[in-house]
Amino acid sequence: MIHFVVHDEHDSVGVVVVEGVKSGQQLTGWIMDQDKEIKVRAQSEIPIGHKLAIQKLAANDTVIKYGTDIGRTVAPIKVGEHAHVHNIKTKRW
Amino acid sequence: MNLSKAKFWGYKRENGRIGVRNHVIILPVDDLANAASEAVANNIKGAMALPHPYGRLQFGADLDLHFRTLIGTGSNPNVAAVVVIGIEEEWTKKVVDGIARTGKPVCGFGIEQHGDHDTIMRASQAAKQYMQWASELQREERPLKELWVSTKCGESDTTSGCGANPTVGNAFDKMYPHKVTLCFGETTEITGGEHLVAARCRTPKIKKEFMAMFDRYQEVIERHKTSDLMDSQPTKGNILGGLTTIEEKALGNIQKIGRKCLVDGVIDKAEEPRGPGLWFMDSSSAAAEMVTLLAAAGFVVHLFPTGQGNVIGNPILPVIKLSANPRTVRTMSEHIDVDVSGLLRREMTPDEAGDALLDCMFRTCNGRLTAAEALGHREFVLTRLYESA
Repeated sequence: MIHFVVHDEHDSVGVVVVEGVKSGQQLTGWIMDQDKEIKVRAQSEIPIGHKLAIQKLAANDTVIKYGTDIGRTVAPIKVGEHAHVHNIKTKRW
Repeated sequence: MNLSKAKFWGYKRENGRIGVRNHVIILPVDDLANAASEAVANNIKGAMALPHPYGRLQFGADLDLHFRTLIGTGSNPNVAAVVVIGIEEEWTKKVVDGIARTGKPVCGFGIEQHGDHDTIMRASQAAKQYMQWASELQREERPLKELWVSTKCGESDTTSGCGANPTVGNAFDKMYPHKVTLCFGETTEITGGEHLVAARCRTPKIKKEFMAMFDRYQEVIERHKTSDLMDSQPTKGNILGGLTTIEEKALGNIQKIGRKCLVDGVIDKAEEPRGPGLWFMDSSSAAAEMVTLLAAAGFVVHLFPTGQGNVIGNPILPVIKLSANPRTVRTMSEHIDVDVSGLLRREMTPDEAGDALLDCMFRTCNGRLTAAEALGHREFVLTRLYESA
């Protein structure tokens, strides 16, 4: 069963595609471009459609999704943690 | 799906363009003509009024866009005939003359010195004749290359970029080699992926024109912004759905142009493309505004991916909704025409999803009502550039 998807193997985040992901749950991810699977343990509850980090990120790191820059971290994010507006901001506007 | 011999059943209009709907519309030039237009549509069954809030004391480029949008709407091949009603004779005539260039039946009525009652009576007589005439027009089988297909997404979430938008991209990649006229836009919603669209422009000249439109819109944002636009772009719904930054939203958005299509040209709002291929329209990213502009540019069917569940429709352009978010497909099933949530469970390949969308598109072109049409969604929203005089 796929719990989250990742666009590219170099991405720092994946997208949860099932409802009800709980902290501590072992998750299976599908890397779409390379057609690979990875395992990550969720570190928080993550709603469907929201992101989790699949790489460890420090504050002010660039976040990569689709193999492209989608913004910067404003707090460190551990692997398996919820990655969203509380720890990532745009570099534009 | 092999599209080399693909055909659809459409209405051939006087100017050679092919429509997939057969509407008779009652088109107000201005807000003051809404009441009379709605009265005519109430009198004549099957005729449809398109009320809107604008058309008075506009000037310059904003007025040009107003006329271009109204004339383009009436000229759309999904429209068989048009009754135009305005407060003043002269601006009414300007819209009538613009639509008349297509050769389709059109007439206009000014309300001043007549009042609503007399105008409604005469306009209803014309609408009745048009409605009965249009009801006898027959569909004919036409080649795919005569179809004009647009796309724009709404209430996107992260599943849009993983599932629904790449499905449109897959369908666009399949249609593009067959000389279909295609369009995308949403200028601010490319922010963060503009280099990727620029790289897809067919010539350096088109790339330069695209970047000029992109940079101009960025200047509008910089001039008026009071924050980083959080809650506007991305919207509250986008953020609730898991999208975090405009860059992330943009990279999902541009999945709609597939992986192979090249950008063959750029057009202004409500401007008609000048040939087949993929066109970029400089436009707002607000759903109803952009779909209204696409209808005015002459597109006849629209592919609309959604994540969190946008419910938009358009009075003359059938809007086909697809979603890859299993929760949205479950909670808002009445709005979804194509469920591609199987993509995210690896139960459906991108090719199968693209084919499912194309199948729905052909059925829609042949007459099937979209969810939005059946539910009566007729959002007709004019874009304004600045204040009236």
